[in-house]
Amino acid sequence: MHADERKEAETIIRASGVNVRKCMKCGKCSATCPNFDEMDIHPHRFVSMVEEGDIFALMQSKSLWRCLSCFACVERCPRGVEPANLIEAVRLEVIRPLAGNRLRPEAIPALLDEKIPQQLIVSAFRKYSK
Amino acid sequence: MQKIGVFVCWCGSNIAATVDVEAVAQASLSEPGVVFSTNYQYMCSEGGQSAIRNAIAEHGLTGIVVCACSPRMHEATFRKTAAVAGLNPYMVEIANIREQCSWIHRDKEEGTKKAIILARAAVAKLNRNVPLIAGESQVIKRALVIGGGIAGIQTALDVADAGYEVDIVEKTPTIGGKMAMLDKTFPTLDCAACILTPKMVDASAHEKISLFTYSEVESVSGFVGNFTVNIRKKARGVNSDLCTGCGVCIEKCPSKKAKSEFNQGLCNRSAIYIPFAQAIPNVPVIDRESCIKFQTGKCGVCEKVCTAKAIDYAQEDEIITRQYGAIVLATGFKPISLESYDEFQYNQCPDVITSLEFERICNAAGPTKGKVLRPSDHEPPKTVVFVQCVGSRATVECGKTYCSKICCMYTAKHAMLLREKYPDTEVYVFYIDVRTPGKSFDEFYRRAVEEYGVHYIKGMVGKVAEEDGRLIVQGSDLIADKQVIIEADMVVLAAAIEPDPTARSLGTMFTASMDTNDFFTEAHPKLRPVESPTAGIYLSGLCQGPKDIPDTVAQAGAAASKVIGLLSKDKLVGNPCVAACNEPLCNGCSTCELVCPYGAITYEEHLVVDHGVRETRRVSCVNEAICQGCGACTVTCPSGAMDLKGFTNLQIMAEVDAICR
Ligand SMILES: Cc1cc2nc3c(=O)[nH]c(=O)nc-3n(C[C@H](O)[C@H](O)[C@H](O)COP(=O)(O)OP(=O)(O)OC[C@H]3O[C@@H](n4cnc5c(N)ncnc54)[C@H](O)[C@@H]3O)c2cc1C
Ligand code: SF4
Ligand code: SF4
Ligand code: SF4
Ligand code: SF4
Repeated sequence: MHADERKEAETIIRASGVNVRKCMKCGKCSATCPNFDEMDIHPHRFVSMVEEGDIFALMQSKSLWRCLSCFACVERCPRGVEPANLIEAVRLEVIRPLAGNRLRPEAIPALLDEKIPQQLIVSAFRKYSK
Repeated sequence: MQKIGVFVCWCGSNIAATVDVEAVAQASLSEPGVVFSTNYQYMCSEGGQSAIRNAIAEHGLTGIVVCACSPRMHEATFRKTAAVAGLNPYMVEIANIREQCSWIHRDKEEGTKKAIILARAAVAKLNRNVPLIAGESQVIKRALVIGGGIAGIQTALDVADAGYEVDIVEKTPTIGGKMAMLDKTFPTLDCAACILTPKMVDASAHEKISLFTYSEVESVSGFVGNFTVNIRKKARGVNSDLCTGCGVCIEKCPSKKAKSEFNQGLCNRSAIYIPFAQAIPNVPVIDRESCIKFQTGKCGVCEKVCTAKAIDYAQEDEIITRQYGAIVLATGFKPISLESYDEFQYNQCPDVITSLEFERICNAAGPTKGKVLRPSDHEPPKTVVFVQCVGSRATVECGKTYCSKICCMYTAKHAMLLREKYPDTEVYVFYIDVRTPGKSFDEFYRRAVEEYGVHYIKGMVGKVAEEDGRLIVQGSDLIADKQVIIEADMVVLAAAIEPDPTARSLGTMFTASMDTNDFFTEAHPKLRPVESPTAGIYLSGLCQGPKDIPDTVAQAGAAASKVIGLLSKDKLVGNPCVAACNEPLCNGCSTCELVCPYGAITYEEHLVVDHGVRETRRVSCVNEAICQGCGACTVTCPSGAMDLKGFTNLQIMAEVDAICR
């Protein structure tokens, strides 16, 4: 594994707070995921790839942008692994160097309007308050 | 003055790698009373023990200190060695220089220093030891088995066959437990009823076995060999002596809306009922919650139709007090509640069922007479999906962290039975792993795949949804890296199993320890698997941990052999390290009586001589047969009158002083 990639893996594990070793490879996350068919790398694979340090492939995956942040996988995982948190952490690793941390959490309420679905607000908070 | 020998063990390299054993032996020679010291590779071996025996004879030792492993491990061994050499076994002290020293330290210098101090403390205590003589107590030659499943039945039969009386207390109206609900049993597929019901009959017909069904243990007192137990016989509302078991009351009872517990709620039963046709005893019970007479005062049909005049609405609970030498816990298990598993729609869709419900549906004596039909519309299912590990191996709140052990095998059994009876039915099994260790077990599972064409899919089900009367099962197939959707007619969930909910209160009542999942713990996980850490309490069957019928029966027999071993003794040697009251100091305040968890303390009027004054006072008395030597009273007594033999305040203070020296 590339040294940069290993560093990336460490950052992602730290930022997400996920213990990938808890995964027992049951696949319930992928069984639950409503957007499974749109993804090239599936939720359970995300977990094992982070465990293996295979991060660059994840950063380039379609799945990063197909995940709905619905947290169904987090809710259903029997071992509390939280795959969506990992996906989010990888997404952050891609977003941040591109645009910097432009958004501060305090600024978000001013940007809201009534039509925005609640889920998006929650996701926005999760994404930008890291 | 004592003549003390100190024996330092290497425990191979367990101790010797971190403690300089020779230095410990040398250092202890300068302690008061020590006349001899040595070290040896394995003190507990025959070589080590004979060195101890020889030294006792040669140097006329009055006491020995063994610096070795925890006293839990070998205190009894070395006491026996001392006794063989003619020494009182309570003149033996153990300095634990393994668990409390070598295993937890790395630095040899530090480790050696600490070992020397521990040896010194033991010597200081031993200087104040006096020989103790253990008392004896009678053994009541009768056993109590709590729980009448296959485990309890087997233990009772084995104990009774050895010639001892056994009582079985079963909380439901019949013995038989879960096994009575099963259809066929893996791995040989013999029918559960054909192998269980003869045993139930044997148990009820055995002259040495008494059955207390619809009964529960209310309270217990006493100790190993001598327990007194109160059993609550719940009111059946039917006089067992008069009832002929004709069943006419059941037929005529107008209240037929109660859910049948035995059939897992898949069909109804009447208010007066017998759980199943082969139930033992064959005497009905009135369920007062659903009986019209008990709820409204009207009806009384069963009383009118019963020609034997057995119905007795006024019957009340009865408390029976019996004495036992040994007690066996055999309280079994239940599947977990699936209420929190919304993803499987168990509460919403009638065609999503548990494996135990599936057993009833397959069973010729079950609600569908053995035809596999959907609960919703009584149509035969064309596609059936089984889901393994539901709630097992889960660290989230609603699940169990352990593997339930039996579900891989019974799911393979269900899948095969289904394909055998209905070859047109498509059968899918979602699994995380297939765990089939056991004689002929993996072959059994492979038969399901290779001969019966059951589709095993590596992955989990994430979602079940009902659509136009069909169940849409969404799962993952990890080998194909695909999400699969199966349109099924029935979904069977292999729910995790957990101990019977009453186990916890029994555990408290009998001071039988439990693990975090409420399974009873054994005295030693490898070497004492059927004994609880509390003397005289034994474990049989699933209440100790997940197991199938072969394992349950093997363990039940093992528990019986332990019980027989105990009951065959005429007397038990007690523990002489019990509390004793220094009567002139006791002011009769009752504090000790209140804290004693075993009820060993009473108060008596005794003649006491205090500073030359003779007077009769109310003082505390310890029943040595009941006292377990826990020491609660000694630390509670405000006047310092209570002391524990073998662990007196003076002995403990001497140890502390030696450590601080
Ligand atoms: C769906 C399913 C299928 C199975 N299929 C198979 C199979 O094919 N082959 C196989 O080998 N194993 C099978 N098993 C496992 C088998 O059922 C158990 O191994 C066995 O029943 C354990 O017996 P037991 O006596 O320990 O517990 P139980 O059968 O649970 O009996 C315990 C008894 O104690 C009573 N009790 C509980 N608490 C108290 C109390 N406080 N006071 C008085 N009485 C009490 C209960 O009412 C019950 O009668 C299956 C299990 C399930 C769930
Ligand atoms: S559901 Fe959890 S344990 Fe199962 S594969 Fe996904 S992350 Fe791993
Ligand atoms: S959070 Fe993303 S990966 Fe997880 S279930 Fe939802 S869409 Fe799928
Ligand atoms: S009295 Fe109760 S049990 Fe008897 S027939 Fe009436 S409802 Fe049934
Ligand atoms: S026995 Fe099989 S189905 Fe049951 S919990 Fe263990 S692995 Fe899962």
